[in-house]
Amino acid sequence: MRARLLGDVVVHALIALAVIFALYPVLWVVALAFSPGVTPEARALPVPDGFSLEHFAAVLSRTDDGGHWVFGSQLASSSLVSVFTALVAIMIATPAAYGLSRFDFVGKRASLGAMLATQMFPGVAASVPLYLLLDALDLLDTRTGLVLVYATTAVPFAIFQLRGAFDAIPKELEEAAMVDGATRATAFLRVVLPAARPAIAVTALFAFIQAWNEFVLAATFLTREDLYTLPILLQSYASEHDANLGHFAAGAILVSVPVMALFYFLQRELVTGLTEGGVKG
Amino acid sequence: MTRAHSLSLSLSLSLSLSLSLSLPSLAHAQTLVVWHAYGDHEAAGLAAAAHAWETQHPGVHVDLVASPFGAYATRLRSAVPTHHGPDLFIDAHNRLATYVAEGIVVPIGGAPLDDFDGRVLASLRYADDLWGVPLSVKCLALYVWDDLARDPFVDLEAIEARGSTLPTGTFPLVWELGSSYATVGLFHAYGAELLDASGHFAASTPAGASALARLTGLESRGIVPPETTNDLVRDLFRSRRAVSAVSGPWLALDLVGQPGWRVQPLPRVQSADDHAMQPYATIEAAMLPTYSPQPELALDLARYLAATEGSVIRAREGGHIVASESAWLEPALANDPTLVGFHEAALRALPMPTDPHMDVVFGPMDRALHNALRGDATPADALAQAAHRFESETRAAPARRDPTIAIVFVSSTLVLVLLVALSRLRSAELRAALVRSMPAYAWVTHAFVAVLALVVVPLLVGAATSFFAGYPDQHYVGLANYEDILTNRGSGLFDHGSFWIVLPVTVLWTVVNVTLHVAIGVGLALLLHRPTVKLRTFARVLLVVPWAVPSYVTALAWRGMFHRQLGAINAILALFGVEPVSWFAQFSTAFTANVATNVWLGFPFMMVVTLGALTSIPRDLYEAADLDGATAMQKLTRITLPMLAPALLPAVAMGAVWTFNMFNVVFLVSAGEPDGTTEILVSEAYRWAFTRGHQIGYAAAYSVLIFMILVGLTRLLPRERARSAT
Repeated sequence: MRARLLGDVVVHALIALAVIFALYPVLWVVALAFSPGVTPEARALPVPDGFSLEHFAAVLSRTDDGGHWVFGSQLASSSLVSVFTALVAIMIATPAAYGLSRFDFVGKRASLGAMLATQMFPGVAASVPLYLLLDALDLLDTRTGLVLVYATTAVPFAIFQLRGAFDAIPKELEEAAMVDGATRATAFLRVVLPAARPAIAVTALFAFIQAWNEFVLAATFLTREDLYTLPILLQSYASEHDANLGHFAAGAILVSVPVMALFYFLQRELVTGLTEGGVKG
Repeated sequence: MTRAHSLSLSLSLSLSLSLSLSLPSLAHAQTLVVWHAYGDHEAAGLAAAAHAWETQHPGVHVDLVASPFGAYATRLRSAVPTHHGPDLFIDAHNRLATYVAEGIVVPIGGAPLDDFDGRVLASLRYADDLWGVPLSVKCLALYVWDDLARDPFVDLEAIEARGSTLPTGTFPLVWELGSSYATVGLFHAYGAELLDASGHFAASTPAGASALARLTGLESRGIVPPETTNDLVRDLFRSRRAVSAVSGPWLALDLVGQPGWRVQPLPRVQSADDHAMQPYATIEAAMLPTYSPQPELALDLARYLAATEGSVIRAREGGHIVASESAWLEPALANDPTLVGFHEAALRALPMPTDPHMDVVFGPMDRALHNALRGDATPADALAQAAHRFESETRAAPARRDPTIAIVFVSSTLVLVLLVALSRLRSAELRAALVRSMPAYAWVTHAFVAVLALVVVPLLVGAATSFFAGYPDQHYVGLANYEDILTNRGSGLFDHGSFWIVLPVTVLWTVVNVTLHVAIGVGLALLLHRPTVKLRTFARVLLVVPWAVPSYVTALAWRGMFHRQLGAINAILALFGVEPVSWFAQFSTAFTANVATNVWLGFPFMMVVTLGALTSIPRDLYEAADLDGATAMQKLTRITLPMLAPALLPAVAMGAVWTFNMFNVVFLVSAGEPDGTTEILVSEAYRWAFTRGHQIGYAAAYSVLIFMILVGLTRLLPRERARSAT
């Protein structure tokens, strides 16, 4: 009994330690965001120098040259781009992952290899060809173009995730439906998709986060300020010389809140959905 | 097929929806688009002046587009050649030579410009043409607290003398000694320069060594605090723990509401024959991009912004240190001591050479400063090394090679592949297999086409640039970029920055990170999975926080935590009586800092994967083990871990690939310090693409090599594992 109790204490202490490790740097960002003025001094505990909402107010109330509300338009832009990225990526990847899970076909191995290979190639030289491609499609300076690029970039990983999830769903489930006269498409929509919901939710979350945080391509493809996404706004507070770390920190928190909320609401799906991608891969 | 149809329908629907949300609003008859990379304050000055011009040009709207500083040049380089550029853009003159070579700017015509200093105009002149209308001149100056130093500091020695009477913890001077931009004035005082007129590294001289020795002396004698960064300059001066500070106009923005300081030009240096320290001046100019849609109108705006009226507005509203000379006669400017201080400093500063190699010189020079300041090299050795690296990094484009062999090779391979494919198509077996595959293709084709068009093709085109020289001349060079990488451009194979040095560091980086990700992730998941754990959901949500915050934010937070003076890590260590650690001064500690950051970023993913896998282990296995009297340890090693392995392997493989290419952390935390030793392959590739003269072909060759290494490493995995990784 004593040993059991001691073990419990140790376990909780270790978890508490890990939580501290996970939160400590973020708390510094929080402290910076709530400190009035510029930079707080060195100390071990992340407590702000006093309490002020000035940085949040400055980020939230910023208007552009024409008097438009910058944060609002960039929040709208980021939300649109990220939500559509997640939707489009899922719509592209789900049937493909199902096909890869249920069928054998000529070129299957090669295409899977190619999908994996895209994850290994650093994108350092790809932005110029992408730019020319979007130009040819007349999609520069549009959110549609950005959505297309983000979504297709997210597709290979999404396919791996979802294929594993579909593998874990017994074939008998849809075969039963097809015996009852359903087409494969109906069986897929009515039987397989609902069973794969956690994995789909997590895969969508990944695509969403990727689009939500991306900066380089957004800053290259979008040259109209009303289309800018939030990372571009954030980056403007971290420029080389006139960096405003307080604004940057406040902006970072505002940008992170929606993602944290999604994590919170999807946490059950996160735990089950992420593993299905691997268990029977 | 119905599914595929409804899919494509909803796809096009959603796309047209988001397209319709991005239609431009057309409110003005004529719009003039101006790009700039100013921060808020300076942008406000520009906007005020542009509005004043608008009132004189009814019907014309000036659309000022702020671009993030980091993406500005990339954006210009992509947009201008494809006719998507602005009507006018504002940039510093030191990038002019590159823009001219790349064909991004055109000379400005029209009436000659007067009202400007001759040296300012000369800086905008390149290859016999004038390429910009000068707007502002920016340089460093000396900030001094009035009450801490009543008399002007005439020379560096006077500042040093002030040091003897100060309480501990207060410094006579804060100055970013590790930055060559910040310290070049001292080199000029000693008669050394970074680049000579022909664009060669010129600081590796006895004069340069004397300047560098003088500089390191300032730190070793405690005149300037050690490892000063931009943040420390601001912090120490703001909190009056420094009597004076070397900084630019941007520091004034942080001193708003704190009067009692003044700005003077950088002082003289007695030990350098009493020569003045001349910092670099950068001339911000309005430039005309190639294919500017309305060049006359754009030029009219540029001239207005640069003339007296526009200049006064910009200076008053945005603190611009304007280039116009007549504007300084206006009382609004002449009575502002800060503006006048910077104007005087600008008059004495030395315009940065208009040279395409100017961007490259700062990297090697900064590292020379760091090495000398740390005492890792003597001043003369550090500068000789910088000279060598500069030559290496400004490598001339490889010679043009005859593409015939490549064309013959590629086309014959294509023909061969086609022939093989055709001949196999004739076999009945394959045809039957293809027919059988048809239902599957209905499910997968759209995804393969999308990924092929928008991911694979751009990557392949990018890879193909590795056979070309890159900007500005784009001729075919064969395998020269690869040869240069693999032979370290003729330097020793195991010299600084060599592929053969960076590769093992990258492998070490990947192995250490992935090991810690798995160890911490699995360990925490096992702890959280215990039935006795309280507040499990709560802890689980808190533990994935590192995943939810954008990594470029948290990487910067970690860098701040490792700051020698301001960082929390040293503050924690101080509680245990440990002396402050210079985290980025040694490979081991800098590497540790990078690893700490990346482990923090990556363990939640492994933890979540493991938690999910744990729930799918059948409970009766444990019950059976209990019946057999197995110990907890036996259950862990015989049941839990073996059952976890198949779920974890794909995650580990993915994690290893991501870590191998994780340039964010290396870029933002250690930035390669000390002396480039913590760079990994992908961060080297980015440096060649963006800070070493835009050598995109060379960077592409790096990325192809990285790709080949990763493909090779995944091939090494046992067959079964490789399969599960896909």
